[in-house]
Amino acid sequence: MAQLLEQLFNGLSTGSMLLLVALGLTFTFGQMGVINMAHGEFIMAGAYVPYVLQTSVGFLAGFTGLAFLVSLPLAFVVAGVLGIVMERVLLRRMYDRPLDTLLATFGVALLLQQAAKDLFGAPNVSISVPPFLQGNLTLGGVVLPSTRIFILLLSIALILITQYFLYTRVAGRRMRAVMDNRDLASSMGLPTGRVDSITFFIGSGLAGVAGVAVSLIGAIGFQTGTAYIIDAFLVVIVGGLGKLRGAIVAAFALGVLNAFTEFATSASIGRAIVFALVILFLQFRPDGLVSFQTRGLIA
Amino acid sequence: MRPPSCKHLLALFTVFALLLTACGSETEDESTATDGSAEPTDEAGSTDTEDSTDVDGAEEDVAAPATGDAVPVGVLHSLSGTMAISETAVRDSTLLAINEINENGGVLGMQIEPIVEDGASDWPTFAERAEKLITTDEAAVVFGGWTSASRKAMLPVFEGTGGLLFYPVQYEGLEQSPNIFYTGATTNQQIIPALDYMVEEGLTDVYLVGSDYVFPRTANKIIQAYADANGLNILGEDYLPLGDTNVATIVSNVVSSEADIVFNTLNGDSNVAFFKELTAKGNTSEQIQSMSVSVAEEEIAGIGIDNIEGHLVSWNYYQTTDLPRNDEFVEAFKAEYGEDRVTADPIEAGYNSVYIWAAAVEKAGTFEVEAVREAAVGLELDTPEGLLTVDDNQHVYKTNRIGVIRDVGVIEEVWNSGEPIEPDPCLANYEWAEGLAQGECG
Amino acid sequence: MTTDMALGRSYRPLQSPWLPRAFIAVFAALLWFWPAVVDDPTRLRQWAEYLCFAIVAIGIDVAWGYGGMLALGQGVFFGLGAYSIGMYLSLEQVPENAMPEFMTLYSNYTELPLLWRPFSSLWFAVGAAVVVPMLVAAALGWLVFNRRIRGPYFAILTQVTALVFWLFLVGQLELTAGTNGLTNFGTVFGRSRFDPNTVIWLYRLAAVALIVSLVLAYRLVNSRFGKLLVATRDGEDRVRFLGYNPAVPRTIAFTFAAGLAGVAGGISAPIIGIVAPDQFEILPSILMLAGVAVAGRGLLFPAVIGALFVNWSGTAISESRPDDWLYIQGGLFVLVMAVAPGGVVGIVRTMSSWATGRLADDRPTTRSGTTTPDAATTGATA
Repeated sequence: MAQLLEQLFNGLSTGSMLLLVALGLTFTFGQMGVINMAHGEFIMAGAYVPYVLQTSVGFLAGFTGLAFLVSLPLAFVVAGVLGIVMERVLLRRMYDRPLDTLLATFGVALLLQQAAKDLFGAPNVSISVPPFLQGNLTLGGVVLPSTRIFILLLSIALILITQYFLYTRVAGRRMRAVMDNRDLASSMGLPTGRVDSITFFIGSGLAGVAGVAVSLIGAIGFQTGTAYIIDAFLVVIVGGLGKLRGAIVAAFALGVLNAFTEFATSASIGRAIVFALVILFLQFRPDGLVSFQTRGLIA
Repeated sequence: MRPPSCKHLLALFTVFALLLTACGSETEDESTATDGSAEPTDEAGSTDTEDSTDVDGAEEDVAAPATGDAVPVGVLHSLSGTMAISETAVRDSTLLAINEINENGGVLGMQIEPIVEDGASDWPTFAERAEKLITTDEAAVVFGGWTSASRKAMLPVFEGTGGLLFYPVQYEGLEQSPNIFYTGATTNQQIIPALDYMVEEGLTDVYLVGSDYVFPRTANKIIQAYADANGLNILGEDYLPLGDTNVATIVSNVVSSEADIVFNTLNGDSNVAFFKELTAKGNTSEQIQSMSVSVAEEEIAGIGIDNIEGHLVSWNYYQTTDLPRNDEFVEAFKAEYGEDRVTADPIEAGYNSVYIWAAAVEKAGTFEVEAVREAAVGLELDTPEGLLTVDDNQHVYKTNRIGVIRDVGVIEEVWNSGEPIEPDPCLANYEWAEGLAQGECG
Repeated sequence: MTTDMALGRSYRPLQSPWLPRAFIAVFAALLWFWPAVVDDPTRLRQWAEYLCFAIVAIGIDVAWGYGGMLALGQGVFFGLGAYSIGMYLSLEQVPENAMPEFMTLYSNYTELPLLWRPFSSLWFAVGAAVVVPMLVAAALGWLVFNRRIRGPYFAILTQVTALVFWLFLVGQLELTAGTNGLTNFGTVFGRSRFDPNTVIWLYRLAAVALIVSLVLAYRLVNSRFGKLLVATRDGEDRVRFLGYNPAVPRTIAFTFAAGLAGVAGGISAPIIGIVAPDQFEILPSILMLAGVAVAGRGLLFPAVIGALFVNWSGTAISESRPDDWLYIQGGLFVLVMAVAPGGVVGIVRTMSSWATGRLADDRPTTRSGTTTPDAATTGATA
């Protein structure tokens, strides 16, 4: 029983990680249709932020906890700025060619990887886990690492913030308007170009925050992003393009499914089963878990 | 849609044709220029010089070894992709050794000219570049490779073209190519002594964790056979896809098995995630010890010292190995690449490889592969890890050292095998291993 | 092509077909004499490898350029072809019915597994290299396209397929040699792999396959089926209203692309000399696409040149700057996609439009435009 509970927690924890890396993509890929292969590198950029703060910024170096907390918003800004630059300079030219964005952003990903390697060196680096996240909690015989609990809470917090932003703030409502119907929004006088930039800023920024979470449990290196990019796309596809609710359900479902198949078989076979199930699932729900009814004939 | 427009095709074709010829002639100019000067390599050792012989370049006659002032050698490691994390440093130490030898007058009076290639963590690329180095560049020897897969990919190339490879990393054994020198440990110099040590220390309940590829699978097969004969108790065996960081379930399995020790053959990023998770679940080396064979000084910083302090590793060399030759090596390495850089076993093996080859060439008096091979056997060399002897199976005698991780880049030796262990890639001298070694080893 | 797909009126090309034919003839001649220009077995082997990727590119262009299906997982089909021939080559190295070397080292098998047995026959292996990828593609395509999965969904789905394939290969160490892959082909079809004559022979094989593929692809896209494929891409619903099932042309095009990838993979096995899972994963699959994207899609011939260029330049750049070549390759991708909408063909197209003053004709009309005449090269997709 404790083992099952533990796997459930492992699954939820994996799910929260999946959700973090995929959250930004629900905007940039799900809503704008940009197949952003550089999303993983934005995650990597975010993962390096707490490392830089802890090691290089003098007055923060002694306070690993403070440095870590500061890195959350800072990583958002760093990755967000990378995203907005990429959007302004590059993607702006190719919104009518969504599939072309694939190779362009793939090129950006290569550039960022090489830059990170030159900047931080080839070997991985690591951060000091802040004091308040060291240790663990024992619940019903199951040991829950504080870092994983933190990541779970962080993902929930980000969902709430994103929801709040999308549904109550003017900028967020504009984003939704443009995503639902670009032409109509434009004809109502919305500056769609600027809204696109904001969307990209937020989507990329969320990847940066995910990077900080990665720095707690995974490796920080110039190749970090490549490990998460496919999972992120998967979550968005399964959840339904641009559907926050779908992404949440999909992330946790995939996480738990993965934990239990892995537990029952082995890691390699478990992963293969999960992906095969995803392909099967899409046969029945080609638009993902959450799709909205449209009268349009062309999806 | 109109059918293909000829005008466009014509224009496009012209553009590409121009591009191709432009690039072609450019590189040709470059290489001819180098031919004329034939200068020793710059200190960083990166060669933009003669390595870009392209389609047209074949026309120029590439200098055969031993006729010019410099002898070309290949340095083939992954500088991009996942393996660059580990291999870049081996490339660095290889170049360091080449520079040192060059400063001391080179080999047979000739400077060594390293031609650096990127294997890009991609096995076909390793094979392709190896062939290019041997045939097009006429490299006298190639230093390179890390993963077993890259070595397996290069092996037929070296055997087919008669080239010579020095492979610097510990590996799973069961191989003995006449065209390869194995300067890292084989299983009986790393894994079996580690098991002996575990038995000695009473750490007999073992859990096997590894990445899902040939080295861990083979290592664990050997461990199983050893366990059956020597009273180790294997509680479980788990594999993670290469590079996967999703370790929660495996760590749960390990913890609930109540093992004394994890025998860890994970590779790369998986190690980082594994030790972070183990620590976060409240297990220091006091609760669950581990014996790693793919974690060296260089990996510690990436894992975080808090997560791995006190854990065991098994290698043949540490930065702290207390030998005068090692002090020189560490000092030279840090002087060249920075104080924050560390040396480690594969880095040192890459460095040794160059010296072994150079000594063999001096002894043979020629760069001919066949003569160098014969000359290398029986060579004795003073290296950072101690006196090193080359066996006639083209592996080297190595002292095993069990170490405890103490700090970032610091591993303290707690046990060693006393004397260099004879390399036995086929485990022919171990009764319990009967049936394991087949194939080439037969 | 089934009869119910006939478009009623027979279609006649607007332009005489002799010029593309002349191009192919010139290209074929060039390929034939290329070994004399290269004059280095190692380089020629690389060119043979590039030719294989050019074959894949033709298939991708048919699926993507003409059919609007961005196939991101062509590595799967390439890999199926490569493994078929790779298994044959592995068995060629050992006596009849003996196990390949890796199996004796790493597996518990005492005799050759059933899956491997038929691959001791060359003809079976060649057949499997073509048929198996096509069957897989047909099954996958039929399911997927009937569910109306398109655009980015389809792209990511094919990507996931590549990932499953990789996991499977890596996980089945005893059967596939895992990460190491099949290697150590000392001889190919009875000849030493490093004999310069073998290299020329393999190169010619790849060149012939490329020309044949190119001709087949041109015939396919210029047939009425090709019209239907383009129509499906540009106006799926209209096609449906006309009584066609859009899944049919899509599946056929995707299957055709898979077949070409399988052929290319099969030929590449003796050339590259190793068949390993990492060759068929997501990144290589994207690189297979890069040539088509850089050159421009929907014209076939540019895709071939683009694939050759991307592969050749990748080698050249990484050899000359092993430490930071990703800057150059990454920069190249970014630059081409930024300044050349629809690839290099896009530039040429725009320039020639300026010259003839037909600029307006060649541009897609609207952002969501579904029926632009040149949508193939400017990229109208779902």
